[in-house]
Amino acid sequence: MIRSGIRPEIKKKRIDHKKTQFAKATFQEHDYQHRLSLYDFPPTAEISIEEFETWAIDRLRILAELESCSFRNRSPQETAVHMEPLLKRYMPLSNNSATGGAHIDERLKEERKKDHYSHWILRLAFCRTEDLRRRFSRIETTLFRMRFQQDDGKEKRAFIDSLNLHWETVSNEEKTELSEHLLAATPSLKRVDDENFFKVDWTSIPDLIEHRSVFVRKGKAYVPTQQQTSMIITQFTQNLDKALELSARALPRIDEDDRLSPILDHLSKNFATPDAGFHDTDSSLSGAPINAANVDNLSQHFPLCMKNLHTTLRKNDHLKHFGRLQYTLFLKGIGLSLDDCLIFWRQAFKKIDDDKFNKEYRYNVRHVYGDVGGDANRRGRGYSPYSCQKILTEHPPGTNEAHGCPYRHFNIDNLTSMLQATGVHDREVLRGVKEDVEKKRYHIACNRVFEWAHKVEIKRVKDDNIWGPAELDTIVHPNTYFKRSYLLKNLNSVPKQDVKMEDS
Amino acid sequence: MPHAISDMEADVPSSPPESTSQNHDVELPAAPEATAATTNKVALEDIFNDEVSDSDLLTSTADIPSSPPTAKDNHRGQDVASARSGQAESYSDPSVMLQYYTRLFPFRPLFLWLNASPSPSPRFANREFAFTLSNDAYLRYQSYPSHDLLRRDILRLNPSRFEIGPEYSTNPRDRKTLRKASTFRPLSKEMVFDIDLTDYDDIRTCCVKANICEKCWKFATMTIKVLDAALREDFGFEHILWVYSGRRGVHAWISDKEARELDDDKRKALVGYFEVLRGGVQGGKRVNVRRPLHPHIRRSMDILRPYFTQILVEQEPFLSQSGQDRLLQLLPDKDLNDALRKKWSSSPDRPSKKKWDDIDELAKTGVSKNLDTKALLEAKQDALLEYTYPRIDVEVGKKRIHLLKSPFVVHPGTGRVCVPITCGGDMKRADLFDPLTVPTVTELLREIDSFGQKNEEEQGTSQEDSNRHENSNQKKVLDWEKTRLKPYYELFNGYVNKLVKSQTTSLKRERDEDGHNGADAMEF
Repeated sequence: MIRSGIRPEIKKKRIDHKKTQFAKATFQEHDYQHRLSLYDFPPTAEISIEEFETWAIDRLRILAELESCSFRNRSPQETAVHMEPLLKRYMPLSNNSATGGAHIDERLKEERKKDHYSHWILRLAFCRTEDLRRRFSRIETTLFRMRFQQDDGKEKRAFIDSLNLHWETVSNEEKTELSEHLLAATPSLKRVDDENFFKVDWTSIPDLIEHRSVFVRKGKAYVPTQQQTSMIITQFTQNLDKALELSARALPRIDEDDRLSPILDHLSKNFATPDAGFHDTDSSLSGAPINAANVDNLSQHFPLCMKNLHTTLRKNDHLKHFGRLQYTLFLKGIGLSLDDCLIFWRQAFKKIDDDKFNKEYRYNVRHVYGDVGGDANRRGRGYSPYSCQKILTEHPPGTNEAHGCPYRHFNIDNLTSMLQATGVHDREVLRGVKEDVEKKRYHIACNRVFEWAHKVEIKRVKDDNIWGPAELDTIVHPNTYFKRSYLLKNLNSVPKQDVKMEDS
Repeated sequence: MPHAISDMEADVPSSPPESTSQNHDVELPAAPEATAATTNKVALEDIFNDEVSDSDLLTSTADIPSSPPTAKDNHRGQDVASARSGQAESYSDPSVMLQYYTRLFPFRPLFLWLNASPSPSPRFANREFAFTLSNDAYLRYQSYPSHDLLRRDILRLNPSRFEIGPEYSTNPRDRKTLRKASTFRPLSKEMVFDIDLTDYDDIRTCCVKANICEKCWKFATMTIKVLDAALREDFGFEHILWVYSGRRGVHAWISDKEARELDDDKRKALVGYFEVLRGGVQGGKRVNVRRPLHPHIRRSMDILRPYFTQILVEQEPFLSQSGQDRLLQLLPDKDLNDALRKKWSSSPDRPSKKKWDDIDELAKTGVSKNLDTKALLEAKQDALLEYTYPRIDVEVGKKRIHLLKSPFVVHPGTGRVCVPITCGGDMKRADLFDPLTVPTVTELLREIDSFGQKNEEEQGTSQEDSNRHENSNQKKVLDWEKTRLKPYYELFNGYVNKLVKSQTTSLKRERDEDGHNGADAMEF
């Protein structure tokens, strides 16, 4: 009966999705109520190309510096002290209380806007590759954590409340019932009544689980309010990781914009250098006799971690997996060719017959050199030699394993006797090492030993002005240790231009 | 019988003719290519028919005896077996392995376990299998849509062992055809733990390296108990399977949905939760636990305490000079240590248990003026943990892409089958498990034969009788039932059935909820 009316109506109802999506502007100006942000919403206002670039570069400076702090093993406190002047200069971000009143004035707004926009710009620059995404997310998390911990208590709470996280509060009855467990599991908790707890899935607080600093029952973790930091930071990283991947998918559309893409390209390239830690120049020692037969002789120039691997290898005629990996990469780094490296390992494993060696070990050495394995286009020249940072933080050695950093993984008595065995007898140095190790400044300890062992040569190059301060910077890579040691001990025999190459 | 033989030809397509002569089985002719079609048909039927009963799923050759049921051949089989038992047995003998895969390997339960549902899904189809072939070549990224195709390929390749990897985002076989390599990534895998007794080498004195005995297997039992309790009570996992690795280790496979879907960070956290011993022997004190003790540590200590006394008696960890020094190194009080050292130097053979008791006794006599009793107690707790707490190979659990040897595979070195130890939190079973009695592959094949022989004697040797017996499916005894694999097989089956059931009910619940939403939408 209403047939005539139906047809046109259907046509009307067909929705043009392209139109509805932008039919109404959902943009909203940000009012930046809080100092911190999870950067959930993209910027919407217009900024000039110049601002686009300078803001991004300022933020990049901060991030690069933060990353270098982590490479140098600075503690969070040291990092915070080191970063403070830089942050003030390039990326100030003040508390609400800075204005003295409850309202947020223009200056605060400007600061927060810059923080917000620069974060989003760098997202665009660093979403290109998996590697960049991971690094960006890691450093942004560090920055966020630092700011979060410095935040004023009241404002922190206001910020958390604004996040609207759905966390289940633990009732008082349950708290009393579990009080014994909660007390035992939660560090620095004296009385259960002093603290409120949230119940969350254990998967949302992996770092608390890993360090066993939270009570879990049936998959639910009981997190004290004081530990919220951990949860919020996890949330931050998760959001960012997800968002970066989404941005990467949208990138092709931006690539068409010839104003932004060169800037973004440039930004991401700038970011790529500090992480390398190891450059090809670190391995080039032209004229040096680096071959399988000479490793024993060269080992006098090795840092303690590699000396330890070398002596263990000579003692047991074997090294476990991570030891082999760390040592092979280092040998590759000092310029030992793949063939020589294979000869070296073959001869070192005296108790193992050829068949077993070829089956179980040859492949791994070749893999490390990038000779086999994986996708030929992507494997390049294999892995990079491990930096101190990597050796210190990854895979602590277990039973019968010799890899890692002796300064960190040995107790002080074993470390001292090992140092003495390698010829370090100076009491002053040993005491210094002990202090460094107690303060967890392992690389400083290593550098201290280096400076002592090469003090004559270092004085000479300084006096003669052959080496500038850049060549005597703190060592943060075992291969740098080797190269510098080798060059210093062979100042006369190594041709001059080799030393010059360090300058370039 | 002719019928049976033709069946066998279809199932054993590539058995090398020369290997059969030394074996205690029928002479197998090399399979003609033409039979492949038959196999195909069988495979397809199996794919579509999900409700295959257990009797079908084992092997379609279940009705073929490994030796023909004639008296003469049986004698020959026996002779060969007895002759062979004298010499060293070769477990990686390809023909033995082929027999094992053909007749005993539980392909369908394995499929159900990995798939967690009877209907084929990407959980199985996109799963990586990696084979070690008999020439030691390693073949990675293999995948199969169904258990029957997996079985067929295993019979073709006849690997000496194989491992299971994660479910990938696409079929692992297609990984190279993808336009972007990054789209090929692991999605899910059972959470696994790997325990290897060589990690205990600094504290076990009975055996070294790959050897094990009843005494040091206690370390494995302790580990199972501690981890199982924590995984259940703390993390709420239910489907935990403990598998013997065939030589000196134990694997745990957790198949709960939540566990399968953990990403690498969370796996790392979970593994870290169980890591109490850090650093090597060089590192000094290896146990660093916060006080008050975390509930997990407290519970673990309650489990471990009785074992510690046993360890002291059986392993004598403090008997040697170095062992004694290690103990003293862990104790905090210098005066007490001096007194202990003096006491022990007079009786060098003092057993570890006595030495351990000496600590408290001497402490009571007040040899040390300012003894911190709390510090001593904590040091003793730490020592207990150092000598008993589980040592996990952490790297295997941390990443989804790690491969782990499949249950029921034969360990190439020992010939023992990687049988399940226990599941469902049944710790009595873990207590009773003895790795040295786990059947080897050659023993199992012999058991099938002798079973047939015994049956034969009971039934009479008439051809007619045996034919009737073969045809009556009801009474048919399956190959695995004839062997000592039976209890392990039943254990695994029971575990898998429970897993499948719980997964399907939770799936149903999800679907019901969806349906509900759908209905709402319709109404609207």
